[in-house]
Amino acid sequence: MAKVFIIAEQRDGRLKKATLELVSYSSTQGNETHVILLGDNVAGLAGELGQYGAKVVHLAQAPELKLYSAEATSRVVTEVVRAHAADIVLASHTPTGRDFMPRVAGRLGVGLASDCTQLTFQGTDLQVRRPVYAGKALAEVEFVGPGPRLATVRANSLGAPKPEPGRTAEVVNLTLNLSGLKTRVLEVAQGNTGRPDVTEASIVVSGGRSLKNAENFKMLEEVADVLGAAVGASRAAVDAGYRPHRDQVGQTGKVVSPTLYVACGISGAIQHLAGMRTSKVIVAINSDPEAPIFQVADYGIVGDLFQVVPALAQEFKKVKEH
Amino acid sequence: MNITVCIKQVPDTETRIKLNADSTWIDTTGIKWIVSSYDEFAIEEALRLRDKNPGSTVTVLSAGPLRVVDAIRNALAMGADNGIHIELPESADNNMAAKALAGALKKEAKVDVVFTGKEAIDDGAAQTSQLIAEYLDFPHVTVVLGAEYGPESIKCRREVEGGAIEVVEAQYPVLIAAQKGLNEPRYASLPNIMKAKKKEVKVLKMADVGVSESDQKIRIKSLQLPPPKQAGKKIAGDAATQAQELVRLLHEEAKVV
Repeated sequence: MAKVFIIAEQRDGRLKKATLELVSYSSTQGNETHVILLGDNVAGLAGELGQYGAKVVHLAQAPELKLYSAEATSRVVTEVVRAHAADIVLASHTPTGRDFMPRVAGRLGVGLASDCTQLTFQGTDLQVRRPVYAGKALAEVEFVGPGPRLATVRANSLGAPKPEPGRTAEVVNLTLNLSGLKTRVLEVAQGNTGRPDVTEASIVVSGGRSLKNAENFKMLEEVADVLGAAVGASRAAVDAGYRPHRDQVGQTGKVVSPTLYVACGISGAIQHLAGMRTSKVIVAINSDPEAPIFQVADYGIVGDLFQVVPALAQEFKKVKEH
Repeated sequence: MNITVCIKQVPDTETRIKLNADSTWIDTTGIKWIVSSYDEFAIEEALRLRDKNPGSTVTVLSAGPLRVVDAIRNALAMGADNGIHIELPESADNNMAAKALAGALKKEAKVDVVFTGKEAIDDGAAQTSQLIAEYLDFPHVTVVLGAEYGPESIKCRREVEGGAIEVVEAQYPVLIAAQKGLNEPRYASLPNIMKAKKKEVKVLKMADVGVSESDQKIRIKSLQLPPPKQAGKKIAGDAATQAQELVRLLHEEAKVV
């Protein structure tokens, strides 16, 4: 059994599903699971973390922590992890987790394994697997030298988190020293899509250049909104200006691993396949029966996406209404 | 200003990855090596900042085996002034690379800005930039889409999830990790490619930058290629039938919706 410390992520007072996934997994693997929760006025989230298996919630609350900053986060996390002699420290490989965890590793003088898709706890040690070359290969990675072991974990890799109503966590309030910070977050302009990020969504509906223009992506948005999904795009569609780069799935965009990936009009260049092939179920819709995307698809439809996709939206609606 | 860029050489994205005989590393024969895509935005940003501040220089650094000198030459051909190659073994981890690059930067005259790409497209770890900043005790801003360079500080727009944009102010000296969209990288012109061949690339050894084998903190035990996928089901019929059958299969068989 290891003493595992997990850094929680919250935005606007709501915990990320990826955080609950880590807490639930660590706890069900029999670890003494601690959570470090940073923010301003976030004490109310400790109860939820307890339900998902946190034994202790270390609460860091300050106005300076209202908006995330790598500098403040890494400082607080390093102190807590040191003070409690953590064996393992985990964060999600989200824009936040990937930003501050290397600084914690550097300050502690230990290794960090990034973007892991599999964690194996062995006593107080940790072995991980992570995709490299955007998923063209999988690496088994071991840590060298003394711990703690640090890892960031790809969202949706460890299975759905399960709450146990009635469980509670002990809450410890931290005393903070946040003077002398060299960075300041001035503002966060919210994205207004209302859809999840492609890296965090359980379902991703993606389109390629065959969509022909930005306007036609509304078809995919309609399917995505029925399913609570994110909208992704191939590099070709992004380069053509149909979607912003933040939606690009592939080796030079984002690597995703959702439960369901629906590729519409994407031929399946090697760089794109690398970015989505670890998805649990892959659907391909393409007019070319020879398109490489069909080699990785669990379900394939050879057809005209302009007819199939609107029909799909209707069918998904029926399922969701039942 | 003393402007520096740390870059990584990686296999071209078209590369079909093959493994070496004992599956501990990739088989590098026949690989075409390129400058990691995001690093091109870092180089371009450094050149633009230099050109706005007369008297400034751009130094490009890369750590790795001898082949990475080609990546440095590419950056010199784009217009960088000097290059530094730090010799590291192929198997060096992010920590070793960061320590080597930070060690080399500490030997330079006072550095104002370090530019990097937000991640390398080979291991995709997104660690080395922040580690360099940590070892230099600089603040860092990653995934930067836009930057305004003031006299005391830099104001950056950085991309976070779901299309949200954070505006962050960081004091000099600072490390900035570039995201695609920060600028439009230039192509090297032929005369500049010729000139780049004559520019100096300084070589440093691990001992020169205070790095040893004990700085390796993670190690790849083995590599595997992803298992081939079973042939999937093709769904026949007209569009309405196909859509209906697909949704039934996703609901009843795959149980994902």
